[in-house]
Amino acid sequence: MTRPTFQIDGKPVTFTEGQTIMEAATAAGVYIPHLCHNPEFEPHGSCKLCTVKVNGRNCSACTFPAADGQEVLNDTAELNELRRTITQMLFVEGNHLCPSCEKSGNCQLQAAAYFLGMTDAHFPFFYPRRELDASHPDILLDRDRCIFCALCVRASRDVDGKNVFAIGGRGIDSRLIVNSPSGRLADTPIAATDKATRVCPVGAILIKRHGFEVPIGERVYDRHTIAEESLEREEPIVEARHG
Amino acid sequence: MDRHEYEHRIINRIVENHGRDTRQLLSILREVQREFRHVSPEAQQKVAQSLGVCITQVSAVVGFYSFLSTVPLGKFDIRISDSITDHMLGSREVAAGLCRKLGIQPGESRQDGRVSLSFTSCTGLCDQGPAGLINGYAIPRLTEDRTDEIARLINDDIPLGEWPEEFFAIKENIRLADRLLGNPVRPGEALERTVALDRETMFGEIETSQLRGRGGAGFNTAWKWRFCYEGPETAAVCPPGQPAAGIERYVVCNADEGEPGTFKDRVLLQSCADQVFEGMTVCAYLVGAKQGFLYLRGEYLYLHDQLEAVLATRRRRGLLGKTILGSEGFDFDIEIRLGAGAYICGEESALIESLEGNRGVPRNRPPYPVTHGYLGKPTVVNNVETFFAAAAIAVHGGEWFAEVGTEKSKGTKLLSICGDCARPGIYEYPFGVTIRQVLEDCGAADVLGVQIGGPSGTFLSDKECDRKLAYEDLATGGSFIVFDRTRDVIGIARNFTHFFAHESCGFCTPCRVGTALLKNLLDKIAEGHGATGDLAELSRLGRFVRSASHCGLGQTAANPILSTLERYPEIYQARLKTIDFEPGFDLDGALATARRLSGRDDADAHLSQS
Ligand SMILES: Cc1cc2nc3c(=O)[nH]c(=O)nc-3n(C[C@H](O)[C@H](O)[C@H](O)COP(=O)(O)O)c2cc1C
Ligand code: SF4
Ligand code: SF4
Ligand code: FES
Ligand code: FES
Repeated sequence: MTRPTFQIDGKPVTFTEGQTIMEAATAAGVYIPHLCHNPEFEPHGSCKLCTVKVNGRNCSACTFPAADGQEVLNDTAELNELRRTITQMLFVEGNHLCPSCEKSGNCQLQAAAYFLGMTDAHFPFFYPRRELDASHPDILLDRDRCIFCALCVRASRDVDGKNVFAIGGRGIDSRLIVNSPSGRLADTPIAATDKATRVCPVGAILIKRHGFEVPIGERVYDRHTIAEESLEREEPIVEARHG
Repeated sequence: MDRHEYEHRIINRIVENHGRDTRQLLSILREVQREFRHVSPEAQQKVAQSLGVCITQVSAVVGFYSFLSTVPLGKFDIRISDSITDHMLGSREVAAGLCRKLGIQPGESRQDGRVSLSFTSCTGLCDQGPAGLINGYAIPRLTEDRTDEIARLINDDIPLGEWPEEFFAIKENIRLADRLLGNPVRPGEALERTVALDRETMFGEIETSQLRGRGGAGFNTAWKWRFCYEGPETAAVCPPGQPAAGIERYVVCNADEGEPGTFKDRVLLQSCADQVFEGMTVCAYLVGAKQGFLYLRGEYLYLHDQLEAVLATRRRRGLLGKTILGSEGFDFDIEIRLGAGAYICGEESALIESLEGNRGVPRNRPPYPVTHGYLGKPTVVNNVETFFAAAAIAVHGGEWFAEVGTEKSKGTKLLSICGDCARPGIYEYPFGVTIRQVLEDCGAADVLGVQIGGPSGTFLSDKECDRKLAYEDLATGGSFIVFDRTRDVIGIARNFTHFFAHESCGFCTPCRVGTALLKNLLDKIAEGHGATGDLAELSRLGRFVRSASHCGLGQTAANPILSTLERYPEIYQARLKTIDFEPGFDLDGALATARRLSGRDDADAHLSQS
């Protein structure tokens, strides 16, 4: 029996029924840039960094089902420009001061921006006012860096079973909100060992008292591109999911 | 009994009245707000407790819908429509006048808690503006005299129920009737014919009519109903182990009508509600649904009670409820759900999220609502006018309907016409009518251009009057806004761009950030601070937001800018400064805080930017 196949940038990729384009690509060793997607969780489809062209239409690879015979474009100048624009937007929307950020070098937003050749922020900064939550003894929530990927929301709900986070507000005033009467992390059951504290792609959720243990220059994305790192980490997860 | 206990009891009662059903969260919160004039953090907590859900679920919903407030609103809460047509009729001046008379600032409540005033997106009264809402109830024709009266009533603390009735009288303004408005269906008429025929024959009538959805996208209605009836095609999308036939199905009427300049659904629900419900019931019969919803935008609260009365009468007559018209197994009922100020909830999957008690965030597609809709079950979502037309088709037949129109656009379309014309209101035309004809009929003179299909549609210049309203040329949900030569193209684009930035749900990056950037950039240009590079940037950014966004809101949010830039580049050019670069921010404005802190406001404390 021949397995169903589609093309990414002209390269044939086989897939299992029910897989998304992202999953099939990861399993085949093809990197599609992504931020809100992490194969350990249900796809979300919000950042749009994974935009690919499917039979001529823009689609989110992380949510769009793979189908036999599809023509998918991924690594094109046009799509990479679109993705670069998205990283620029995420930078100006929040307050990202990379040089003083503990996540620098381990941050997926920063790494994706490098990978896509982003050299400046391009857009005027919004400088939003967002609340910092340092109430918890072990966990810091710095909303200035939140990109609304909802990974912490999914991890806390689906893995930790605690529902600590949600996204509230609307439009440009969207905010990460915390499930306690005071709205503070200290009053939730979250613990430093929870999955939710380990999935933030940026430096919005950090474990306290673990600053700069790995020196800048030797961090994850100082050594590998996000494409290499992501395929290496995610391929086995996808394989395990779909066998 | 102390305040907390009192609040607790009331909230418990409200939650109880809604069967402790989380899906009715929005209705619950609307009632809590009506009771306490806001939904305080404590109230949110109590609602969450009573329902047994997370506080975040409640506060996320409160923060999403613009009609819900976390701070106390006035006993009289006024919202003035920011629709472009209301602006053209002087709504901003009216609001300023009202504020003066009442001694308040926009966005604030008066010290004594008597009154608050703010602005809101289009209230759907564009043919009788300047309009607004008082405590949620529509109030049209806010003239200077009227607002004098209103200010007096508020200052004298006269309850809304004792205000003159004419203040709240909404005109229907039907100006031109064709085969639908001219041949109203008698309650029960379409259903009698439906149950008398077999299912396939009636499906055949809808197919023959070639009716396409009237909400804008124009999907073939018979196909949609057929997909819903036949159920998910593959096991992959059908809950495992459940045969397609055993799955619940739902019929939803989309009465969110949030597109600025559109008000035909309001008129249909005000004057022909029976026929709309009849269409929904025919649909339910064909697809096998037992439960229907009317999702009514919060702005149309004034219609709520009369619509409930129509439903009650239909139940009494055996046109809703169990064994409809004595037909065994034909059970169907309709529940009305109110929105609360969110344009995005007109998008069908966001609407379904809202029905389920969530923020109105559009879902990822596929799967589509027709296979995975309300509660993940096959769901038909159609526009008010689509159901209205379907009822007539069930009575008069598909051929009767398809006699007029064009090759790809059969039948007639209702237009909501407003703006600079002598006779604003509802006009029914066969598809294929020219813009010129419509302009002539509504009494438009000295036309600069027309916005077709609302802000998400296209701006047409006066040179395009021979174009036709039809899917082959100009598709439209029915909004038709006329502008004469006294109007400013950039001002129009700006109003629409602000609308989209305000209404973006914020789910996806391109729309959340992009609409805010577009708004700021267009403001900069409109205020005369734009440089040459800014126009190219405006166009590039607009095309990006169009192509990268998650749903129809983002995909059309740049249309006002792109369609006016294309037609009137010289107007934009003329607004630019003659230098190559201009900072994106206001230098002098940035010093305002420093001035306030240092208590200075002399000339040396200001910077010039030119
Ligand atoms: C942002 C947005 C707002 C919408 N608002 C409405 C609306 O108010 N009423 C409506 O009928 N359709 C609206 N739609 C279209 C609906 O998603 C859907 O296509 C329609 O309700 C289907 O009904 P129809 O086939 O009868 O047109 C909107 C779509 C988008 C993207
Ligand atoms: S979160 Fe990432 S992008 Fe933001 S400041 Fe930190 S390192 Fe920079
Ligand atoms: S805190 Fe981090 S994980 Fe959570 S939504 Fe924000 S960026 Fe995503
Ligand atoms: S990775 Fe697909 S939308 Fe974010
Ligand atoms: S928020 Fe609707 S398109 Fe992004």
